[in-house]
Amino acid sequence: MSLLGVSLIAFFLSVAALAPVLAPAPAGSRDPYSIPQDGFSPDPVPPSRAHPFGTTEQQFDLYYGMVWGTRTAFRVALQVVGVSVALGVLLGGAAGFYGGWADEILMRLTDIVLAFPDIVLAVVIVTVRGPGLDNVMFAVTAVSWPSYARLMRGDVLSVKERDFVTASRALGASNARLLLRHIVPNSIYPVLIVASLSMGRIVITAAALSFLGLGSPIGHADWGQLIALSRNWILGSSGDPFAYWHTVFIPGTTIFLFVLGWNLLGDAVRDILDPRQQ
Amino acid sequence: MLAFALKRLLFLPLVMFGVTALLFSCLQFLSAEMRASLYVKDPRQLSQLEAVIEKYGLRKPMPVQYGLWLKQVARGDLGYSETAKMPVSEAIAAFFPATFELTILSFFPILFVGVYFGVLSAVHKEKLIDHLSRFVAITGYSLPSFVLGLVLLMIFYGRLHWFPPGRYSLETDMLVHSTAFRHWTGLLTLDCLINAQWSAFVDVVKHMILPAATLLYISVALLLRITRSSMLEELSKDYVRTARAKGLHERAVVYKHALANALIPVVTLSSLLFIGLLGGVVITETVFDFPGIGRWGVQAAQQLDIPGVLGATLLSSFLFVSANLISDLLYAVCDPRIRVGGD
Repeated sequence: MSLLGVSLIAFFLSVAALAPVLAPAPAGSRDPYSIPQDGFSPDPVPPSRAHPFGTTEQQFDLYYGMVWGTRTAFRVALQVVGVSVALGVLLGGAAGFYGGWADEILMRLTDIVLAFPDIVLAVVIVTVRGPGLDNVMFAVTAVSWPSYARLMRGDVLSVKERDFVTASRALGASNARLLLRHIVPNSIYPVLIVASLSMGRIVITAAALSFLGLGSPIGHADWGQLIALSRNWILGSSGDPFAYWHTVFIPGTTIFLFVLGWNLLGDAVRDILDPRQQ
Repeated sequence: MLAFALKRLLFLPLVMFGVTALLFSCLQFLSAEMRASLYVKDPRQLSQLEAVIEKYGLRKPMPVQYGLWLKQVARGDLGYSETAKMPVSEAIAAFFPATFELTILSFFPILFVGVYFGVLSAVHKEKLIDHLSRFVAITGYSLPSFVLGLVLLMIFYGRLHWFPPGRYSLETDMLVHSTAFRHWTGLLTLDCLINAQWSAFVDVVKHMILPAATLLYISVALLLRITRSSMLEELSKDYVRTARAKGLHERAVVYKHALANALIPVVTLSSLLFIGLLGGVVITETVFDFPGIGRWGVQAAQQLDIPGVLGATLLSSFLFVSANLISDLLYAVCDPRIRVGGD
């Protein structure tokens, strides 16, 4: 199972790396992330020789969108998880170590953010700041960091009472040294495990915001948005209910496999890092 | 225990203050003119923007505006939701029962399937059924609800015409809005039964099958995994060996002894899951055009219908905090070793 996860992510990584080779941007294109349009007909066209995955409404090429969308997906996943884990470790670690009023304020803040239905808060943030991929990433980060912060704080609280920390303090180690050399390395693993397990969920949340039409402008290579383009076509044409199956099936399967890859990989990471599960 | 519960109850209004204050500070990113234009419906009135800003105090600092809103809430007035086209309190009364019915219809299958297959997985560890149910669970966990929803709609609505989206069909719509139809409970399925409208009942249930199936598939994984790992832990304990050694039937060992103890984390997790569903499942409700709290909340957020967002989030954050309290208390009730509040 974990092998499947590794191969899925390796596959997507190579697609992302080889995007310019697999789907060369048309000559004269300024932005490789904008999907080329073949005409402006409103009806999607099923897969053909010219468009191996078919086209969406307004004739955006799905194959091109899938290939370049891989880069977008990695960027969103890594950036959101990276920034929220960094924020969580920093704030949660400081709160757990220093305690006192800063700890109290931070924990109440996380209570509040966690009490929000996260998609609604994210939608408010994106709507206020204006639609766009950067704002989607900002919003998803804003709703994700509190769970890491709480986890980190809890671990720091228990690690800082251990004997080796007391011993090091008795030897005259500074706070910074205690935190960086002793406490953080011994308390960061649970956060990393949760981070690797939540990678898939974060991709889904970001795609959901794009699906709601809050992401990048139409035509940008972004999977969630390509699925949103399929919403009007699920009924097919008269006599052929599955006439436009490719518009939902192809981007849907792509997101599914990407998330599945991260989830299987996350399981593997947990098995390696968490000895209690063995 | 009582002291603990009371302390947590006091905490509830604090979180609600925080949630609304946070929303208000998000809105400060918008200029006063933009916020004023949200109140103006007719483009010809845009010239009177200054008057609107004056009337609603939109240029005042955030805490003052927040205070004004709190004063309004204290009078029992939650405002008017532009997306729902009705006052917020009425909108909650209209949308919450729909979400509640959907929750009931999806929660019990999730609970049953999750626990049943979790136990099977643990008992037959590393056998075919274990691999199979874990694989199905992780695929469900990896599938975005909007993808699954669209595919289900394509098959069961587009092709087979079995389960349409929305809340009910046109005939049912006319029926429930006619004077002959009495709304006893507000829950449409129950009301249909009480009014002896069988075909309307079937119609309403039919509209809930697809969203409920979507929720089942995407949420069952967590419950299944927790049941499995908790069950595995219990099965490896000494008392299970004792029970087996004294010749007890394997079924009795598994279901009477081990399961009773393994269910503790399952109970707390499922209470969180239940309230999570009750707070509105935003994307699933949106895909199926199901008029519940989640769809309303996200529509209000997209159109910056401020009273609407405040109403929807107040409700779901209230549910969230109560769910945490309930799950903590359940934990203490189920497991006598845990004493909350340190007494």
